[in-house]
Amino acid sequence: MPRKFPKITVWRAIFAAIMLSGAYATFLRVMYGLGGSTNLSDKFPWGIWIGFDVMCGVGLAAGGFTLVAMVHIFNVEQYKPVLRPAVLTAFLGYTLVVVGLLYDLGRPDRLWHPLVMWNPHSVMFEVAWCVTLYSTVLFLEFLPVVFEKFGLHRPLAWIHRISVPLMILGVLLSTLHQSSLGTLFLIVPEKLYPLWYTPILPLLFYVSAIGVGLAMTIFESWHSSRAFGRALELPLLASMARVLAVVMSVYLWIRFLDMSHRHVFSLLARNRIETWLFFLEIALVLVPTVLLYQHRIRMQPGKLYACAVMVVFGFIANRLNVGITGLEAGSGVHYVPRWSEVAVTLSIVAAGFAIFHVIAKYFPIFEPEAHAQSAPEMAKKEADLVAIE
Amino acid sequence: MPKAILYDSTLCIGCKACEGACAERWGLPYNDKVAAEEHISAHKLTAIETHGDKFSRRLCMNCLQPACASVCPVGALQKTALGPVVYDASRCMGCRYCMQACPFQVPSYEWDKRLPKMRKCDMCFERQSAGKLTACAEACPVGATKNGNRDELAAEAQQRIAEKPGQYYPKVYGLKEVGGTSVLYLSGVPFEQIGLRTNVPGEPLPETTWRVLELVPDVVSTGTVLLGGIWWITNRRTEVSRKEGRR
Repeated sequence: MPRKFPKITVWRAIFAAIMLSGAYATFLRVMYGLGGSTNLSDKFPWGIWIGFDVMCGVGLAAGGFTLVAMVHIFNVEQYKPVLRPAVLTAFLGYTLVVVGLLYDLGRPDRLWHPLVMWNPHSVMFEVAWCVTLYSTVLFLEFLPVVFEKFGLHRPLAWIHRISVPLMILGVLLSTLHQSSLGTLFLIVPEKLYPLWYTPILPLLFYVSAIGVGLAMTIFESWHSSRAFGRALELPLLASMARVLAVVMSVYLWIRFLDMSHRHVFSLLARNRIETWLFFLEIALVLVPTVLLYQHRIRMQPGKLYACAVMVVFGFIANRLNVGITGLEAGSGVHYVPRWSEVAVTLSIVAAGFAIFHVIAKYFPIFEPEAHAQSAPEMAKKEADLVAIE
Repeated sequence: MPKAILYDSTLCIGCKACEGACAERWGLPYNDKVAAEEHISAHKLTAIETHGDKFSRRLCMNCLQPACASVCPVGALQKTALGPVVYDASRCMGCRYCMQACPFQVPSYEWDKRLPKMRKCDMCFERQSAGKLTACAEACPVGATKNGNRDELAAEAQQRIAEKPGQYYPKVYGLKEVGGTSVLYLSGVPFEQIGLRTNVPGEPLPETTWRVLELVPDVVSTGTVLLGGIWWITNRRTEVSRKEGRR
């Protein structure tokens, strides 16, 4: 008898539970406003919808511009197989950031206001414009996939003609707003804890976004190889992990120099929650960075994946520290997100995974050669590679 | 001539007449319950605070170079030449960056409304434009809140300190803080003892972000040339090698 309903698995059940709680939280947000759905207050106006959904969302989508720059501008052809998934992640990421904003803005119906009401002195204004333009660029960068799928050769040729200026524009816009998310917090020197407040926040945000973009690419390649049973592009990912290690080393080095110039190392002796969160954040970046310098670790899919995940979590910890926890003492408020805030955030993440899965399944996202390879073959290949060492 | 408010904590008797007048001016409900709240909020734009036997008053500082107006992406907040920092609710999209940016934690939000607005004191902009005093200054029975030209009030504050040095803490709060504010404070005790933030920077906050924002045109122009150049070189290299390979 043919199966009428999709099979119930643990993951699908979790997904359904998250989406249901998200739907109820959405109802609360719409009916009772921010007061009825969040733990925000006058002294703590930004919670996880900004700290995670926007700040982490934009950063985790940075793989799009990093890989476009590497493949099409620096001409590192080798990375081409992971370009499309990275662009897709970026496009989805930005779309979901806008969804997050619709929850967080007091007047989501006025999302378009910055486009017509200008204040060039505002960082938020710059971010709004960059994100809008870059989402458009990402849409255009993703369009060839759709055209290919439906065999539309004429528009495909047309879009190829404008692709280089488009890609340069995309990289520029990303450079601007990835760093500007850090600039946002330069206005609160007396509120943000000195372990995080530094005039070079924009630079730190930019460098760490490049790093996490690479880490996310490794992360999603690993997941899609499992989900679709295709070969993992191991040599490619290992070489990318090497770049990741270098980028994160640069990042850590800049942070070290900055802290020594600002004479804040003595703060690390204080037994405060900020100190521990700082150590956590640094460890989550430092450990994988050191590990990824070793060929042996880079060439083992599991360990490579674990390192990428650590970098992603280190990045998230950093953005949450800057956007939320580092501001608590200075604001004199203890903020814990309400369940409905968490539910919405989880729903957005879950929706991201699900939409990625569906698009990757039905559109030519991964290289056809890779699709052809079967899972057992892939496992054998990996075993061979490990054996080589 | 920019206007200002001088609040003298040593004269304040805590009668809260300013609170009542402010509520009336904004059309907000005012009763014993609201009067008992010692903090500003979306329904109470100024508040008298009790610090032991001292009083203090909270209201928007209407900074000379306001962080809130500089960060607002839609320009809903504007510093007027008259002094008040005014708010146009029809522009506001509710990003609450003004609340995050304010070093005095003044802007409040109508959290429970479905179509919320930010709320804060605007130093009675229409009243002052019409040549009238702010509602709070008019209501104050003892002259603890005084409204007038900023430089005159600043001079008067200095003079009060000079005349009664024993009675005053020898500084005027608001002259230098974040580049100067339109609300000036006199106190008998150090300012942190009447609940004022003394860790605010002396420089105007908008400069912290403008230093980076003003680099945007440089980043765009340099970046275009750099990325375009790199693309041209790498692309040319591939083209050449492809042609040579074909030969």
